[in-house]
Amino acid sequence: MRRVAITGMGAICALGRNVREVAASLCQGRPGIGLIESADCSQLRFQNGAEVRGYHHQPYFEDRRADFLDRFAQFAVIAAREAVAYAGVEWTPELRERAAIITGSCVGGQSTEDVGFHEVYKLGHNRVHPLTIPKTMANAGASHISMEFGITGPSYTISTACSSAAHAIGQAYWMIRGGSTDLAITGGSEAPFSFGILKAWEAMRVVSPETCRPFSRDRRGMILGEGAAMFVLEPLEAARARGAAVHAEIVGFGMSADANHITQPSAEGAARAMRAALRDAAIAPEQIGYVNAHGTATPANDVTEAAAIRAVFGAHTDRLAVSSTKSMHGHALGASAALECLATALALRDGVLPPTANFTELDPECDLDVIPNQARPAEVEYALSNSFAFGGLNAVLALRNAWAGRR
Amino acid sequence: MSDELTQRVLKTIATSKRIPIEQVTIESELQQLGIDSMDAVEILFALENEFDISIPDEEVRNVRNIRQMAEGVEKLVAAKAAGSPAGQ
Repeated sequence: MRRVAITGMGAICALGRNVREVAASLCQGRPGIGLIESADCSQLRFQNGAEVRGYHHQPYFEDRRADFLDRFAQFAVIAAREAVAYAGVEWTPELRERAAIITGSCVGGQSTEDVGFHEVYKLGHNRVHPLTIPKTMANAGASHISMEFGITGPSYTISTACSSAAHAIGQAYWMIRGGSTDLAITGGSEAPFSFGILKAWEAMRVVSPETCRPFSRDRRGMILGEGAAMFVLEPLEAARARGAAVHAEIVGFGMSADANHITQPSAEGAARAMRAALRDAAIAPEQIGYVNAHGTATPANDVTEAAAIRAVFGAHTDRLAVSSTKSMHGHALGASAALECLATALALRDGVLPPTANFTELDPECDLDVIPNQARPAEVEYALSNSFAFGGLNAVLALRNAWAGRR
Repeated sequence: MSDELTQRVLKTIATSKRIPIEQVTIESELQQLGIDSMDAVEILFALENEFDISIPDEEVRNVRNIRQMAEGVEKLVAAKAAGSPAGQ
């Protein structure tokens, strides 16, 4: 089996318009949470979100092209462009034919659909825009990435709620590892700030009326986010042979289903996914130095996740750094796992573990070292990135420091 | 608490969660009725529709039984009748 390198990374989210900006925000522990601008929140019980503030499709897309892309698909292409440029991919006809694209998204272009439904239901118009379907479909991100680069290989989209991007990255990792492709673009994108979608989240009573405080005693729920992160994955040996910079290795992927409840998380299901990732990576729990937690800041998730971490890591839990970067980039649903995989890769590459921002006081039921508020310099060899979706579908990625034993 | 309001609350809870009405009493605990947190959110939605009120998140955080639900509804219905924005 081949080792798998991350050679390119791209991102756009509340923390910045590119990887450099996102990395700086993570290191400074600076949340991108504020008053929601792109939807009217006067009739909502929450007003804050983690948006790409002031976003406009220019300079990224000409008007004519932008007409065909919902905001979520625009984010996907923007992040993929940066990742491909970062990796310095040299396209050949053979590579284009073999390269894979696997993206994750939870709600896809539902914001576009929301506009169309408003037209027919509320305004009584008798037609919706003809691009409503192609802009709404969750695979539009993957499709537009394929057109952007002329990639004609296996391409598809995974939708597993908040785990979507982790499942996508995991599948791409396995494809490279197993030899069925030599280059994959993978990650996730999301843009859920539309009134109808926000109303649906409000009804679940899981969104915080203030900010996102994972693992804090006074946490009041999640903060929705948006954006995308995309990666270029290649076989490690080939990447080194062509002189590409390797940002981190992906070394394991584990999945599980809770088979329990459509919204309530299960510690056992979460633990099984972490164990599966460790087994896939052939590493022991004691080798993990950092966990990027799912950490939504809902009362239920954080307690369950803390119990799951303790079940997997035992006494090593007390030496394990754990943080939730959702405290900064928000919960970007199907893009979340990609943003968190990025945060994990940056932590390994730059030797700085991102903090859990907005932290006040530890909840005794979440007894973890959560890196409160201040980033921590630390050289870590192995890290996990956890994603536990509504519906109980869990996905965990294991990453390795590309510099381990080399610097 | 008025009997009529109590009966409407009990009926709304029973209907929304498909629980036999005779099992739902003002003394029932949510846990005892097999109502988990997602069920409770559905019940709040049904109560909001039934009484045309808006139940704030802070009011529901520590609700554990039917009496607390009924008392909360009564308060919001009274606020609405008094024309206070709390009942809007």
